Amino acid sequence: MTDFGFTLSRSATVDLDRVDRSRYERLVALAPDARICMNCGSCGATCTAAPFSGMSLRKVLLGLQRGQDVRPLLDSCMLCGKCTMVCPRGINTRRLILSLSKVYD
Amino acid sequence: MIERFSSGFHPFVLPFLVGMFFVLGYCLVGIFRILAQLPREDRLKFYLSLITPKTAWKNIRDIFCDCLLHVKLWRRNRLLGYMHSSIAFGWFMIILLGHIEVILFLPERIHLFYYPIFFNYFVAETDSTIQGSLLFFLMDFFLLVILSGITLAIIKRVRSRLFGMRRTTRQSLTNQVGLYALWAIFPLRLLAESFTAHISGGSFLTIPANWVFRQFLGNDLNMLPTWWAYSIVLGVFMVVLPFSRYMHIPAEMMLIPLRNAGLKLRGARKGFARIQVLSCPSCGVCIDACPMSVSKANLKDCTVYLTRQLRRGNERRIAEISDKCLLCGKCEALCQVGVEGPELRIALRSERKYALSPAFKEVHPAAPAATGAKVLYYGGCMSQLVPSLGRSVVSILEKAGVDYQWMDRDGGICCGRPMLTAGRLEEAERIVKKNTEAILASGAEVLLVSCPICYRMFREKYTLPGVKVVHYAAYFQQLLSEGALVAERSDLCYVYHDPCELGRGCGIYEEPRRLLGQLSGIAEAPKSRQESICCGGSLGSLSLSFAQREKMTRAALDNLYASKADAIATACPLCQWTFSRYADRPVRDIAEVVDACTHGKQNNP
Repeated sequence: MTDFGFTLSRSATVDLDRVDRSRYERLVALAPDARICMNCGSCGATCTAAPFSGMSLRKVLLGLQRGQDVRPLLDSCMLCGKCTMVCPRGINTRRLILSLSKVYD
Repeated sequence: MIERFSSGFHPFVLPFLVGMFFVLGYCLVGIFRILAQLPREDRLKFYLSLITPKTAWKNIRDIFCDCLLHVKLWRRNRLLGYMHSSIAFGWFMIILLGHIEVILFLPERIHLFYYPIFFNYFVAETDSTIQGSLLFFLMDFFLLVILSGITLAIIKRVRSRLFGMRRTTRQSLTNQVGLYALWAIFPLRLLAESFTAHISGGSFLTIPANWVFRQFLGNDLNMLPTWWAYSIVLGVFMVVLPFSRYMHIPAEMMLIPLRNAGLKLRGARKGFARIQVLSCPSCGVCIDACPMSVSKANLKDCTVYLTRQLRRGNERRIAEISDKCLLCGKCEALCQVGVEGPELRIALRSERKYALSPAFKEVHPAAPAATGAKVLYYGGCMSQLVPSLGRSVVSILEKAGVDYQWMDRDGGICCGRPMLTAGRLEEAERIVKKNTEAILASGAEVLLVSCPICYRMFREKYTLPGVKVVHYAAYFQQLLSEGALVAERSDLCYVYHDPCELGRGCGIYEEPRRLLGQLSGIAEAPKSRQESICCGGSLGSLSLSFAQREKMTRAALDNLYASKADAIATACPLCQWTFSRYADRPVRDIAEVVDACTHGKQNNP
């Protein structure tokens, strides 16, 4: 096959009946803001950590809803707060991230 | 003067003695506990400062000026200053004069604690009293001074605005008991001394009062009840003192030497922090100062309530108050006793335990190329969100022909201050380490910083040997005075907004103003410099959402509008970003103003 320098993404199937959403539920209980995220991705677009690890709060929230391990993403967050400033839904993202650290224990 | 009772004792002194011994014992135990709570090195530092003549003298001077004369308060508001110093200094003088009287007239009784306080009850005037007339006069004089202070205090309860305070603290029950006891002490003393004045002698206040009372209360039976009342009120005041705001009186006398010894806050509960909390007089100056107090919902989240909850141990409220604060530092700047509100809150936040602790494995600051450039520009995260700032700084540097390198043009990492203010000290340390390595590897001599948040962090938490951290206002000023940049004055008039981190945080007030003044007209807002109002955008708050901050931003803008300037200038990308949301006139960073109003030496337009 000719190498065009890019590949197709791996097929990712999420079986929502099987995933463990308990962490997401606990996060919502701690920070109800999480529920109003509309996945616009502004947070990821401004994220200081995005160039290094692909961090984006949108990805983190989606990952949690799909029962994935989001700790590698959180490992690079420096709490700089730019995502809070650009969030069109006015989510206090820094508090969300600090609350996230509490649902992993 | 002769003694009226050979025993030199009467049971009415007992309430006073109980209170006196209680408060002395409490404070003595407290001093030892605080000292034991200090880390060993801090304790040694403190002892050393006590025997160093310079700090020892400073301690005495500060205690005299701050605790007795309230010099700082005089500068803030004269009525408030007079009210406090009349009560504190007047009371001190009455106690001192009482001791002098005992030493002069009845030296054998000086070992009795209560004698100087109730002297007039125990003595009778003789022909030789004329020697004491000066003392009697001074006693009455200082009593009058205190009574005038108490009168002001009562007026202040009703009309605090006369004293420059819009809002005052809602006092708790023990504070109220202490307050009313304090108010009652001195009128009762006047009554008691007046009833005995025909026996013990008196002066311009007590003798006429005695005469008046004798006209319609014609016997001596009133004497003892008033002395009892005086003693009981003193006793009540001293018993509630440790549990009320009046604990600030002894605590501040301990806080001043500890601060002069150069101690820093470590933690929020013990040792130095505990003394700060106890030193809070609950005066409420921080309520008006707090930018959050524009919303009624936040009125009880000022530092005065934090210290109160810390004393009560109400953990839920402590967490709430410490998370909400914007850390603008205005309460600390205006605090009369020096309670470090923001630092206390950061220390409280750092007590939280988090299961995840980012190690930043994937995070690497862009390694600056070894171009030999002497100036390394660090724009910080916000220069990505407010690109006009970075663009202006770079344009100025190029006009001036500076050999520079922009460290984080294509994405750098955070300076670590937001992490620090969130109370995650170790994580912040990791970020600091990463940045330090990158900056030192670049071989630059000057680190040019355009964000006051980063600037404060670089100044306080980084050790960068051989690298000078320079704020861009100072740097552009230097370029202008060296002639590398030529100013073209604009006819716009700017009002300069002091960013919290730059002004109160780093003490830089004049440089940006001087710079702006060279390039344009400059106006001053009613509240500026130390009293500048936070824009509301601060990353210090963990719990306030941006919707909740709108009112604060608008209040800060109203203060700037009052200067009638055409535009707002600031030196912080976060302030600029926050103001731009709601401002009705342009908000510029001073770098943009400098860029627009200068040209390079070579390319004269």
